[in-house]
Amino acid sequence: MLNSLGREIPEYIEGIGKLEPFQGALTKLSKGWMDEPTIPAPNKAYLPHQSKLCRTLEEAIIRSNPHNGMTVSFHHHLRNGDILLVQTLTILHNMGIREITLASSSLNECHDPILPYLVDGTVTRIFSSGIRSELGQAISKGVLDTPVVIHSHGGRVRCIHTGKIQIDLAVIPASAADCEGNATGSHGKSAFGSIGYAVIDARYAKQVIVVTDNLVNFPCIPLSISQNFIDHVVLVDSIGDASKIATGTTRITNSPMDLRIAKLAADVIEHSGFFVPGFAFQVGAGGASLAVAKFIREKMKTKGLKGSFMLGGITSYCVDMLNEGLFETIFDVQSFDAVVSNSLLNNRHHIEIPAALYANPFNCGCITNKIDVVVLGALEIDVDFNVNVITGSEGKIRGASGGHSDTASGAKLTVVVCPSFRGRIPIIKKRVHTIVTPGETVHVLVTERGTCVNPAFPELEANLRKAGLNIKDIHDLEIEVDKITGIPAPLEYTDKIVGVVEYRDGTIIDVIHQLKEK
Amino acid sequence: MKPKIPAQSGTFESSDVIVLIEPLPNRSGRKIEISSTVMQQYGESFRHIVDGMLDQYEMTDIHLIAKDKGALEPTIKARLETAIKRSLGQQEGTLT
Repeated sequence: MLNSLGREIPEYIEGIGKLEPFQGALTKLSKGWMDEPTIPAPNKAYLPHQSKLCRTLEEAIIRSNPHNGMTVSFHHHLRNGDILLVQTLTILHNMGIREITLASSSLNECHDPILPYLVDGTVTRIFSSGIRSELGQAISKGVLDTPVVIHSHGGRVRCIHTGKIQIDLAVIPASAADCEGNATGSHGKSAFGSIGYAVIDARYAKQVIVVTDNLVNFPCIPLSISQNFIDHVVLVDSIGDASKIATGTTRITNSPMDLRIAKLAADVIEHSGFFVPGFAFQVGAGGASLAVAKFIREKMKTKGLKGSFMLGGITSYCVDMLNEGLFETIFDVQSFDAVVSNSLLNNRHHIEIPAALYANPFNCGCITNKIDVVVLGALEIDVDFNVNVITGSEGKIRGASGGHSDTASGAKLTVVVCPSFRGRIPIIKKRVHTIVTPGETVHVLVTERGTCVNPAFPELEANLRKAGLNIKDIHDLEIEVDKITGIPAPLEYTDKIVGVVEYRDGTIIDVIHQLKEK
Repeated sequence: MKPKIPAQSGTFESSDVIVLIEPLPNRSGRKIEISSTVMQQYGESFRHIVDGMLDQYEMTDIHLIAKDKGALEPTIKARLETAIKRSLGQQEGTLT
């Protein structure tokens, strides 16, 4: 069956179930209620003064009823410094556990060592918002029989509430925890800031292990994760490589290309009609996206304009803007550098939020719905403004859905920033390889060669033209770039589906096919 | 024509290509090795450009290595031309 973006979606996939085709960004929500029931979270029993402490991770896992076919979940707040996901799966593998469903909020390069477990049947299904590196390549080549499911950060919470992901064991690394499992990421030698993605895992998993390298006196404050959900607590030497978890401050890029794109994007925001007192703002942590914050900061100071809140993945740059009084509040679901942890811990206007409050579409209002302006990146964008952030130019899985579609759907102004081509590969396509974010939720594309406005928003285009910005038709820009780079040879795929991309509401926006080996 | 001396042009930078040329014994023909970060998308067109340039200068008995990091077509042609001319002694290079 075709979804509303013309992508062919199977009706049923073995190991995943019936699929519902995407029908529009707000079609399901506009009904006003959701038909999907919430599954109950487990009740648990625990005696007064019973001890939750286990001597090793292995002991905790043994006490957690490991079994074939179990679902194991993790958070990715340790980014590329995480070591516990690999350790946990190695322990389960050595115990002979098979057919594990891995439900990590995202996967990074540091998780490549689990690849042999995909090959040997230890792990047979994966839910994640992102997959990269060797894992992404192997999955793209078809190492798993069941396609991976790519969800957004908000979509993951919905998946857990509705039982699409039923977690048997959640392993939650924390940079500080007490003997009862109250835990946080906001202090300790391995501090990583907000632990927002793990909150839903703690609530819903049948067994929850908090792992820390910093066991503090009871109670561990703040109660980012609270003890009433935690079964076991383990003290280990290290929860990860601190140098890869969070270091220092995030620097603004020096790349002239990124800076130019960022400056153009800031001009677009300034003249969009949404750059007004009390505006809410989100930028990513990557190159051009974060650099937009630099120019917006200058424009806010020049105009004496103050915003309401910043949201999302938070960098030290956001913290600086909070401290300068440019914004009143930060909502932090994920922190990107060490300075952010301090701010989260000490500034009451810097608020840690769970993924549900950040972006879950199935509730009475996530904060992404309140965004005025969001700046997002893209691996590819097409002439219908559909954005791909999951598969690279060579067709392999190498990115993350993250909060891309969540924030785009909520924002009044979604600005996508990217170079028009990278390493000879055109980024603006007639048709993106994989759709993650639908074009109807993207307002503007800003490249170094000009700005394109989605024709669905003529008022915005009029505002930007009036300000004298270089506005181009996206079809013209696409042709212009093709002339510079030459047209790349098309990729070849098989009929086998290796990945299913969920939109945030659980409908299927696209599938990823296996690459033909050459 | 035959290359007289080994020659090089270009860099390993992104969006550039490095071209290395060395002479081969008589009647060896052309030995061409191309590697590229965009081999899948532009491999054929790259090979076509190399053949075209070598034909243009009627080069033979040549070993050419090109390592590409996504250079655009004009860049590729310029680097090839420079390497060829340096190998023929028609142009001074940085590595002669």
